[in-house]
Amino acid sequence: MTASLRAAHLRLVDAAPLIVARDLGLAEAEGVALDLVTAPSWSALRDMLGSRRVDVAQMLSPMPVAMALGLGGARGAVEALQVLSVNGNVIGVSPALAARLAGAASGDGAFGDAAAAGTALLAAAAKLPLRVGVPFPFSMHAELVDYWLERAGPPAPGAIVVRTVPPSLMHEALEAGEVDAFCVGEPWGSAAVARGVGRLILPGRAIWAFAPEKVLAARTGWAEAEPARAGGLMRALHRAASWLSDAANLPLAAEMMARDTGLGLSVELIEPALTGCLPLGPSVVTPVPGFVEFHRGAAAFPWRSQGAWIADRLALRHRLDRRTAQAAGRRVFRSDLYRRFLGDLAPDMPGASGKIEGAVSVPTPVASRRGRLTLEPDRFFDGAVFEPFPDS
Amino acid sequence: MHGFLSPVIHDDGKDVVNEAVPLRIVVVEPDRDRASMIVDALDAAGPFEVTVVAENSDLSHRIAKAVPDLVLIDVSSPSRDVIEELALASSPLERPVALFVDESADGLAEAAIEAGLSAYVVAGLTAERIKPVLDAATARFAMIQRMRAELTATRRALEERKVIDRAKGILMTARGLSEDEAYALLRRTAMGQNRRIPDVARALVTAADLLG
Repeated sequence: MTASLRAAHLRLVDAAPLIVARDLGLAEAEGVALDLVTAPSWSALRDMLGSRRVDVAQMLSPMPVAMALGLGGARGAVEALQVLSVNGNVIGVSPALAARLAGAASGDGAFGDAAAAGTALLAAAAKLPLRVGVPFPFSMHAELVDYWLERAGPPAPGAIVVRTVPPSLMHEALEAGEVDAFCVGEPWGSAAVARGVGRLILPGRAIWAFAPEKVLAARTGWAEAEPARAGGLMRALHRAASWLSDAANLPLAAEMMARDTGLGLSVELIEPALTGCLPLGPSVVTPVPGFVEFHRGAAAFPWRSQGAWIADRLALRHRLDRRTAQAAGRRVFRSDLYRRFLGDLAPDMPGASGKIEGAVSVPTPVASRRGRLTLEPDRFFDGAVFEPFPDS
Repeated sequence: MHGFLSPVIHDDGKDVVNEAVPLRIVVVEPDRDRASMIVDALDAAGPFEVTVVAENSDLSHRIAKAVPDLVLIDVSSPSRDVIEELALASSPLERPVALFVDESADGLAEAAIEAGLSAYVVAGLTAERIKPVLDAATARFAMIQRMRAELTATRRALEERKVIDRAKGILMTARGLSEDEAYALLRRTAMGQNRRIPDVARALVTAADLLG
C-alpha cells in the first residue's frame, strides 16, 4: 500500500535528498509515492504548505521559527521535522567590489577566512552603504550575514543594507548595480560567477561551520496525525542522505537532478555544490570540504538548540523577548519526532536533544544510542559559543 | 542597538485608512499587456489610484514610494519574496503589509490564489473595502492564466510541428523516402518505443545536428 505525499521545494541544489529519495525508489520502498512540486518563491512555497496543496516542504530553517514568533506576512504554524541540509551557501561580491577588495591591504584572500573577509568588506563599506542581497528576510543567509558583519565590525549605522533579492534574479541585480554583495544558495553563486557578474569570497560555513540550512517543514500536528507518511518519507530521506554522502555517487546524483524538469538546472550548475569544488571567479576553482552536508555528523537531526539559536537572533533583531523566543524556537525543532520516526534506522541517534552550539572544533565522538556518533565541527568564526536558556 | 536593519517608526494599525480617499493599489507586473489588462479591470471597478511597478529592480522601494494600501502580484513571480520584506516593521513602507488571508465564507482569498493572484494588504483595511478590488483582479488574473495556458499550448504545438518537419526532411534525404513514408516511419518508431512522435523527432534532429 503506497500513500501519496506532495512535497514542495525550490530550484536549488540542496533539494538533492528529495529528488534522490524519489528517483532511487527509496520513498516507494517506504510506501510513499513522493510527488515533488517546484515552487516559484519561498512565500509561494509557504502558502502551498499553509493551504494544504502540499504535505511537506523544503524550508529555509528560520522560516518556521519566524512564523512561530509571529514575524512576516503570513499566519499558520509549521514545524521542522528534520534538517534537510547543513551549510551550502556562498557569499560573493560584484566584480567592481572584488577589485577593490583585492587592492585593500587586509586579508590574504584565503577563501574561508571569515574574519579577514569581514574586515575587508566593512572597510569597503565605509565609503558607501554596502547593499547585500539575500533570498528571503527569514533565511540562514540573512542570519549568517548579520552575525558575520556584526562580529567582524560592528558596522557603522546605515553602512550595511540587507535586501531581499530572489536568487534567480541575483545576477540581474548585480548587473544593474543594485547590490554590491550577496549571500545565496547554490547554484546561484556559481551561476553569477559563470555569467561574469560575481566573485565568491566566502563559503557560508566559514561563518558557522554547521549551520542548519534547510528543514523538512510540515504543518504543526501533521506528522503526528500521519505517522506512516511522515515516518516513511523521513526514513527515505535518511537513506537518500546516506547515499549522497558517498562521493562515488555524486556524478549520478548530478545527472539525476539535471533530468528533473521542475528543477531545470544543468549538470554544470549542480556539480560544483555537490562535489564542493567551487568556481570563485573566472578560472579559479577551489575545493571546499563540507561545503554542503546532508548526512555526516547527524546532519539531519533537528537539534532544539538550533531552533533556539535562530529564534535568539530573530529576537535580537526584531526586539522580542529572548527567553520567550528561544522557547518557541526550541519547540519548532522536533527532535522528539525525529527520534520516534527514525528509530533504529539511524545508528548515530544523539543521546541529547540540544547542545551548546559552536563548541565543537574537531570531529568529536559523543554519547549516542550505539556509540557511533561523531559530531562535526560547528564553530562560529569568532569562537563564540551559544548556550540556550535552560528549558523552563 | 542590534542588527543593521534600521527600524522605521510606524503606527499600530489605528486609523490607518481614510475611507474618503480612494484606495491606492500597486500592481507588480513586468509584462506591459498584462499590466494594462489588470489596470483596466481595476478602473472599471474603481475609483482606485493604481500604480504599476514593472521593474524587478529595487522592488521594495518602488512599491514603498507609492505608499499602497494593497499590493497585487502574480503568485508565480519570484519577486513575491521581496514583498515579504514589506511585511516587517523595519520595511521601507510606512505601514507593514500582510498577505491577505480571508477567513470569511465567500472564500475571497482562495479564489484569488486559484486564479494565480497574491494580494498584500496594509493593517487596518476592512474586508468590505478589499472585496471589489479582489473580485475585479481575481477575474482578470483567471483570464490571464487561461490565455497564458493557451499560448503555451500553441507554442508547443508549433515547435513540435517544426521539429517533425525537420525530422521528416532528414529521413527523406538520408533514406530516400517520400514525405508520407518518412512520417509513417516516425510514427512506427514512436509506437514501438512507447514515446510521442515529437520526442522521437527531436531525438533524430539532435542526433543529426551532432553528426553534422
